[in-house]
Amino acid sequence: MSANQLALWYLVASVLFVLALKGLSSPVAARRGNLFGMIGMAIAVLVTLAITKKVAFILVAAAIGGMIGAFVAKRVQMTQMPQLVAAMHSLVGMAAVLIAVAVVNNPGAFGEHDPLPRGNRFELFIGSFVGAITFSGSVIAFGKLAGLGKMFRLFSSAPVVYKGQHPLNLILAIVMIGFGLAFFFAEGKAWMPFLVMLGIAFTLGVLIIIPIGGADMPVVISMLNSYSGWAAAGIGFSLNNTMLIIAGSLVGSSGAILSYIMCKAMNRSFISVIMGGFGAAEGAAAAGSGDKTVRSGSAEDASFLLANAESVVIVPGYGLAVARAQHAVKEMAQKLIARGVSVRYAIHPVAGRMPGHMNVLLAEAEVPYDQVFEMEDINGELGTTDVALVLGANDVVNPLAHEKGSPIYGMPIIEAHKARTVLVNKRSMAAGYAGLDNPLFYMDKTMMVFGDAKKVVEDIVKALD
Amino acid sequence: MTGTIDPTVINLVVFVLAVFVGYHVIWNVTPALHTPLMSVTNAISSVIIVGAILAAGPYETDFGAILGAVAVGLAAVNVFGGFLVTQRMLEMFRKKAPKAEKEKA
Repeated sequence: MSANQLALWYLVASVLFVLALKGLSSPVAARRGNLFGMIGMAIAVLVTLAITKKVAFILVAAAIGGMIGAFVAKRVQMTQMPQLVAAMHSLVGMAAVLIAVAVVNNPGAFGEHDPLPRGNRFELFIGSFVGAITFSGSVIAFGKLAGLGKMFRLFSSAPVVYKGQHPLNLILAIVMIGFGLAFFFAEGKAWMPFLVMLGIAFTLGVLIIIPIGGADMPVVISMLNSYSGWAAAGIGFSLNNTMLIIAGSLVGSSGAILSYIMCKAMNRSFISVIMGGFGAAEGAAAAGSGDKTVRSGSAEDASFLLANAESVVIVPGYGLAVARAQHAVKEMAQKLIARGVSVRYAIHPVAGRMPGHMNVLLAEAEVPYDQVFEMEDINGELGTTDVALVLGANDVVNPLAHEKGSPIYGMPIIEAHKARTVLVNKRSMAAGYAGLDNPLFYMDKTMMVFGDAKKVVEDIVKALD
Repeated sequence: MTGTIDPTVINLVVFVLAVFVGYHVIWNVTPALHTPLMSVTNAISSVIIVGAILAAGPYETDFGAILGAVAVGLAAVNVFGGFLVTQRMLEMFRKKAPKAEKEKA
């Protein structure tokens, strides 16, 4: 196959990838889009295989990886999606690094000059350091999301902060760029500066992610998604491969937009999320909130209120995911609908640990998606809602966001406090991630139902019978 | 003006246009599908397998080719895992399942 033919096939694959992303504008078109994506990938792989010498060798490697991937995709639970996505980002990062090392080792094999020209070195430097940061950062993100904090302190979902953290990261970044430049200007293969640069990049990936706390994970995971794309694009530049450049840029911009949307939904700047440590300092102080009284009730009380309501809005949060309560919630909603109650779900963009986390959980429980509303679409109707049922959410319904001077002032929230009655399920009165008390819990019309979300919802279901 | 265009310039043209396309396409993605978006972009970024195949492909199986083969394996996890898990999720977004899906543990 000629280079021209190859490039044209890559163009076909690229168009199919764009269609795959375009399909995600609606659930119906998305399934066809995913098929386009698979076809695009098949084309890209097959035409590349056609120009290599060792097809069998490569197919064995691909088959091993493919089987693992297919197995995991089949088995993973929807509550585990965030850690799966983080793990997959790390693989792209590592693949980018391995390819970069192979290029330095033998540029001739890629049709490059040997020794590698300056321009390609620069691109290789970018692709490999972004890849390395993606890898180690995603490994840490995976550990945090999978809750492996007890195994290894750096995986703790609480921010890991220490004095001089940011200056240290800055110095490391500068040193890394220094070795990158040394690689750029060196003659011959220049292994030493290249490998030192890689080593620092791996370290930086760890250091950048450890100060970021659990509830900021939606931003982190979007950011690493973006990085994995840029790493692929960087490798594409150094190999003069348009397929990698196009696909990498699509992914890179997608992740960047998601990061932006997530930051916006928390009313925080990207920089402040990256700097991390949010909530660690104020957390202890906010707990002593005086002697306000809380009204708490049982699941039976809650079911009575729900059954006698005309309209109910359910606000799910991370607590629902942790308790895997989505199926129980669906059952409860069905029972209520059978009694003539209107039931809708209100989803905050950062509820859960990754963008769209709640939507997938509800979809898994076969909640019809016309009952599921985005925050902006349902906030106007909470004022006329009889019961708002908050399940394992806290900061995303905190009315303090409307009060000037509070740390979360300006953050868009689901206005559960406007409903006639508010039911809140939480495991305890512990403050949310932002370390803030939540006035919603002390309102006269609020009833707290303490306990694990799944247990409580199941008890409500029983009481409804 | 004479001479051929440097490949890096062409790459840059492709890059900028692709970012532009990505930007506009992604803003149209419905927030409900942000998780499938992440898993499908994951699958798409594993097109890095193309680079890995090139690294694993030369005649002699040297150090670089071994690394390439490992990279092929890693990327293949994502190719299959990414698209299949996206498909599984999108199946869940079907409006009404005509027949009861087999229960998963």
